[in-house]
Amino acid sequence: MKFVIAVIKPFKLDEVREALSSIGVDALTATEVKGYGRQKGQTEIYRGAEYNIQFLPKIKLEIAVPDDMADRVMEVIQAAANTGKIGDGKIFVLDLENAMRIRTQETGENAL
Amino acid sequence: MNKMNAWLRGCAPVAAFAVAMGGASALAADAAPPPPPAIDTGDTAWMLISTALVLMMTIPGLGLFYAGMVRKKNVLATLMQSFAICCIMTVVWMVVGYSLTFTSGNAFIGGLSRVMLNGMGAGISKGSDVAFTMAAGTSAATTMTIPESVWMTFQMTFAIITPALIAGAFAERMKFSALCVFTIVWSLLVYVPVAHWVWGPDGWVAAKIGAIDFAGGTVVHINAGIAGLVAALVIGRRKGYGHDDMSPYNLTYAIIGASLLWVGWFGFNAGSAGGANGRAGMAMATTQIAAAAAGVAWMCAEWIKTGKPTVLGIISGAVGGLVAITPAAGFVLPGGALAIGLIAGVVCFWGATGLKHMMGYDDSLDAFGVHGIGGIVGALLTGVFAYGPLSATDASPDGVSGSFAQFLAQAESVGVTIVWCAVVTFVILKLVDLTIGLRVSPDEEMEGLDMALHGERINS
Repeated sequence: MKFVIAVIKPFKLDEVREALSSIGVDALTATEVKGYGRQKGQTEIYRGAEYNIQFLPKIKLEIAVPDDMADRVMEVIQAAANTGKIGDGKIFVLDLENAMRIRTQETGENAL
Repeated sequence: MNKMNAWLRGCAPVAAFAVAMGGASALAADAAPPPPPAIDTGDTAWMLISTALVLMMTIPGLGLFYAGMVRKKNVLATLMQSFAICCIMTVVWMVVGYSLTFTSGNAFIGGLSRVMLNGMGAGISKGSDVAFTMAAGTSAATTMTIPESVWMTFQMTFAIITPALIAGAFAERMKFSALCVFTIVWSLLVYVPVAHWVWGPDGWVAAKIGAIDFAGGTVVHINAGIAGLVAALVIGRRKGYGHDDMSPYNLTYAIIGASLLWVGWFGFNAGSAGGANGRAGMAMATTQIAAAAAGVAWMCAEWIKTGKPTVLGIISGAVGGLVAITPAAGFVLPGGALAIGLIAGVVCFWGATGLKHMMGYDDSLDAFGVHGIGGIVGALLTGVFAYGPLSATDASPDGVSGSFAQFLAQAESVGVTIVWCAVVTFVILKLVDLTIGLRVSPDEEMEGLDMALHGERINS
């Protein structure tokens, strides 16, 4: 099993979720996060007071998938979240040792 | 305002004439006493509505306007300031504030005849009331067309919003206990005397200087603005000012608050005509025009200077325009209102951005930058754009027109207000600081006033 972590722009969340649904991924966790990277921050001005906001809002997705789906999930997220501009985010894929569905105690891929 | 200045100056000879006539008729016969003056139901209806509109300016209007500009950890504490001041000032006004402002005493302070609103029910019979005669029995007697209960409550809402405006200057760091004490003492030592000088039956700013202030440019806005500036200087900058992110938590609150202020301001300005009449109508028109013009002016100034027209900018400009038209509303025509609005928008933009950063004080929500600066601009320009026939009466057929002499009178009243307010506010703040302390501890300031002072937060 693989554990996919994707950090994306917040307004891309719905498109990414729909794209993942269309290839059969029907479970994921989304978290509102703040991040810092090549996009750097942005300057906000309130009545002349300038604030250089370093951390920008992003959405972090966490998806557990069977091994054979990992590459496809990565492609689908990349296609849906891409705007071509700096700050689109990143996708990480990790090995996942085990999983359990709490209600039924199923483990491994049966729990996904 | 029509309330007092024009009436006082216009009515004094009339009152003297009435006294002379009264003396003559008393000699003639002990005829039946003259019927008490009747109330006008139309005027009374409008003043009831205006009173509610002005109250809405403070709760929730000003509360939301300010709360939207602070950080998330201080939103409730900021709303609490407006709400608590509303409650405290109502009691202060009832107990002694009204009497010291609107009964005759001397040129500097009113009398004690209405302490605890004593005698407020004297004219009531069968559920009806007589019209209010301010300073009855004196040469400054002024008869209105509404009951005194309405006049007293209308004025109460002005006494409420003025200290609430100051809170913008020391937002996010003042102790709540200090705020409560400061509000009571400041209202009695600064607001009440200045209101008496300008609007009271025998106040000296109206009588001696001849300055005009329709709805409270000096009494409310310059007073609050200067007190805010002094408070920002005495209490010092917020921890982290200049390098921490102090961006507003939710500007949606601020735009709702500014919009409520705008709507409520029709009660503030058109209500200051004292009745439902032509002057109230013109005050409403000039209020709308000046607010809009100032919003446009601030937006354009900011757009040119920084490249983006901001939401906070346009609402700040509109509030600045409302402040500036306040002393002028019943004295100027729409053209003058447009000019006052455009000038105020640009000058307040400079006050809240350029001046503040140049001087380095932390007037957190620009109580001085918007209310102080806007109030001064409006008070001065009232002396330029005043249109005589609006304030003309039988006794004073020319009314007050814009002139260099009137401009100087306006400047003098502004100067008097600034000096009294600045000195007394400074002394009060120092005394409060020495006794109970003005400022929360650094830890409490970091934690946020919502939890530290009130034990609550806006959401979990």
